[in-house]
Amino acid sequence: METLWPTIERLLPTVTKPARYIGGEQGAVYPEHGPGKVAWLLLYPDTYEIGLPNQGLQILYEILNERPDAVAERSYAPWVDMEAAMRAAGVPLFSVEQHLPAAAFDVLAFNLSAELVYTNLVNLIDLAGLPLHAVERSGDDALVVAGGHCAYNPEPLADFVDAFVLGDGEEAVGEVNEVMAAWLEGSPAVQRDRGALWRSLAQLEGVYVPALYAPSYVDGRLVSTEPVDAGVPAEVTKRTVADLADWPYPSRQLVPLTEVVHDRLNVEVFRGCTRGCRFCQAGMITRPVRERPAEQVRALVRNGLERTGYDEVTLTSLSTADFSDIEDTVRDIVDDPVHGGRVSVSLPSLRVDAFTVGTAAQIQKVRRTGLTFAPEGGTWRMRTVINKLITEEDLYGAVDAAFSQGWRRIKLYFLIGLPTERDEDVLGIAELGARCVEIGRRHQKSVTVVASVGGFVPKPHTPFQWFGQDTVAELERKVALLREAARRSRGLTIRWHEPSASVAEGLASRGDRRMGAVIERVWRAGGTFQEWSERFDLSLWEAALAAEGLSVDEVCHRERGADEALPWDHISAGLHRDFLWGDWQDALARVAVEDCRWTPCYDCGACTGFGLEHVVASPVPPAGGSQGTGQDLSVGDRIPVRLVGRAS
Amino acid sequence: MPPEAPVPGAPRRLRLRFTKAGKIRFTSHRDVARMWERALRRSRLPVAYSQGFVPHPLVSFGLALPTGCESFGEYLDVRLGPVESGEIPVPELPGALSVLLPEGIDVEAAALVGEAEGSLQQEVASCDWELEVLGVPGEELQERVEKVLAAPILAVRRERKGRQAEDDIRPAILALSVTSPNGDLRAELATHPRGVRPADLVTSLGTDAVLGRACRTHQWIERDGGRFEPLSVSGPGTGADATQYARRAFPHVRDGIQPDPGGSPPGGVGRH
Repeated sequence: METLWPTIERLLPTVTKPARYIGGEQGAVYPEHGPGKVAWLLLYPDTYEIGLPNQGLQILYEILNERPDAVAERSYAPWVDMEAAMRAAGVPLFSVEQHLPAAAFDVLAFNLSAELVYTNLVNLIDLAGLPLHAVERSGDDALVVAGGHCAYNPEPLADFVDAFVLGDGEEAVGEVNEVMAAWLEGSPAVQRDRGALWRSLAQLEGVYVPALYAPSYVDGRLVSTEPVDAGVPAEVTKRTVADLADWPYPSRQLVPLTEVVHDRLNVEVFRGCTRGCRFCQAGMITRPVRERPAEQVRALVRNGLERTGYDEVTLTSLSTADFSDIEDTVRDIVDDPVHGGRVSVSLPSLRVDAFTVGTAAQIQKVRRTGLTFAPEGGTWRMRTVINKLITEEDLYGAVDAAFSQGWRRIKLYFLIGLPTERDEDVLGIAELGARCVEIGRRHQKSVTVVASVGGFVPKPHTPFQWFGQDTVAELERKVALLREAARRSRGLTIRWHEPSASVAEGLASRGDRRMGAVIERVWRAGGTFQEWSERFDLSLWEAALAAEGLSVDEVCHRERGADEALPWDHISAGLHRDFLWGDWQDALARVAVEDCRWTPCYDCGACTGFGLEHVVASPVPPAGGSQGTGQDLSVGDRIPVRLVGRAS
Repeated sequence: MPPEAPVPGAPRRLRLRFTKAGKIRFTSHRDVARMWERALRRSRLPVAYSQGFVPHPLVSFGLALPTGCESFGEYLDVRLGPVESGEIPVPELPGALSVLLPEGIDVEAAALVGEAEGSLQQEVASCDWELEVLGVPGEELQERVEKVLAAPILAVRRERKGRQAEDDIRPAILALSVTSPNGDLRAELATHPRGVRPADLVTSLGTDAVLGRACRTHQWIERDGGRFEPLSVSGPGTGADATQYARRAFPHVRDGIQPDPGGSPPGGVGRH
């Protein structure tokens, strides 16, 4: 198929940030399409500068392009000015590598990292020239697949997506490719039976084909979601890569020509987290912990820096300070003479304790501007409910260490609208912040403490999935309370996320299949880029809900019961429903759970039954890591983990 | 200007001349600066760093090229520390650096320049441009150009630091001529005291005139009644590398497999 570049080239002088649309990244490939090769268009449904760094997309991009029977290019959501120019000129969605139209691809594969991009997904399907709904597509229309964390409640997008892939994509992407290749080869486009393709895909582990399942409602409330086809499983369970060492990707990270977020080398050091924070969907659905061997981390960092010319590397994971060999690994990177002493390492998620600040000080010899911690709750009571077991000693120790070692700005992340929350928990945020300012003044004249407050959105597959989310009015009241309390403390700044956006996120997170029509209406009313504050409009969502006879109270604010059917009951992240319910009850009773990487298994379900175990890089737990749990991490012989490199 | 013989152990000032052509013309001046920082790190040249809280490489660019414009005469000056063993010799730098830079950025000349030289920003007095004008009937173009040249004042509204301002751009138009009735112009535009951008010039040709492709072909330094480029492609000691021209004529995307469909034809402004 012909490149659209000559036409696109004429649009670019008229739009903002034209470099979003030119591709040309170091590491990009320009594959030759042809028979016997399934052509994938990998899509991130947000702007280029947000989507390009996405590691999941880059991993699949490399894996697919290494296969002899697949080619992959990428695309991102064009900003509204470019979209208007494209529609006026009759230009469809295109790939950034060879500027081929979406119609040149057999599969459109979306990464779903955030719920508010759902209207962008619908928009991109439309810009691609495909029928919007999966059931309207025919034999020569591309297959629309989606994966990523949001796929764990696929129902709000069930109308638009042919198949969801749950969990780690490294292995599943090849299996989907093989099914697709067989289907394409099987018969000419006009005779292809999409139903047959769906049924073949549904046989793959971790693949959910919504058209083969139907929800039932009684009195306007969901009662079940069951297969309508005898050959498909009643429950679809996520895929898990047992050992990250087998997948050292991305090995050729894309280096963009224009500025993007996370514009540095990113190396994933582990996947999964067992801290057990009850609000955290990522921590629940990515279990068990799988650490990359430290030697492989070092090699990926060294090769990556040499290849790209970056002078900064982020060691990514959900809690990098918990990587069991973190001190040695960081020291080796900083001291590596190859990098000439100029490389800086960043740990995106600092644990809250003085020890971690020490590690940060060791690697951040320059640029000591700001450090970020996430206590999440304003009081110890609140933190035991959410199982974020940071004592005030831990926090003040960390803050004291940071200010005494030269940092001048501390940022603290908090959630409001958490289960059992009282006003004193909200006010506790201001108290903690004010105390941190006082500690800072002991060391420095002028310090800044920023408390950043987000409205909690309960997510599927977490112990809080039953909880009734706070209303906009309640969140606004709590923000006002907090701002008033913080006014007394100079040096403390409160920042907060727009409460109405939390409501739209709640709708998209926990809605059932009926939410698809709502999303479609918001899109038709022009509601794209809802994750951008200047574009977000709650009234579009409210109007769409009303038109579909749904209510925000029913979906978001109502607490759900133990026996109630949840829209994602037929989707499994491995976690037993009993475990989640038990943990929800423990939360209400303020019973904490420990980090099971270093203590005996409490059978959440993520390992047992799958033949999986935690995989760690070192038998020595990271120092200083008790984090208020009182856990004795030196109990070596009881560690229920497998060491990297040791035969299991 | 002839390169000075390097004094062993002394800091040096390296001047590089490069192109910005094809798809990459849609990146910004800042984007190009970042590409250079990465390429220089990969080259292992002993680039000097600033002292201070956040050390940064001592690199200075010439006049910013507007996003969307091509160029066959861009420059940057790089401060280098003392010569290190294994360092790429200056004559080999055009080839060696081009490989480390994205498609469309080709280094065409490299030379050490003396400390006495002023900065590129100060020294460059004018630039030559090849401009494509869309929207003006071919037969009217010559007449409009003559009108611009005859005008004593050409007021153009521009946004400056977020505020609307009116500037007289006429003094900055040093030369303007039609090179093809299809809408091609050649212009020489002054850079001081206030530069004029190709888009502003084209606006002065009429409200129907729209800038198509634009290419900066030369930058000029004026001194002692003479006019010369900060670094000439064919000058002595610049080490212009013939392979650069070979590659531009057959543009491959560096990290990939297939030719870049957006590659510009060699040597000039492309045509739609």
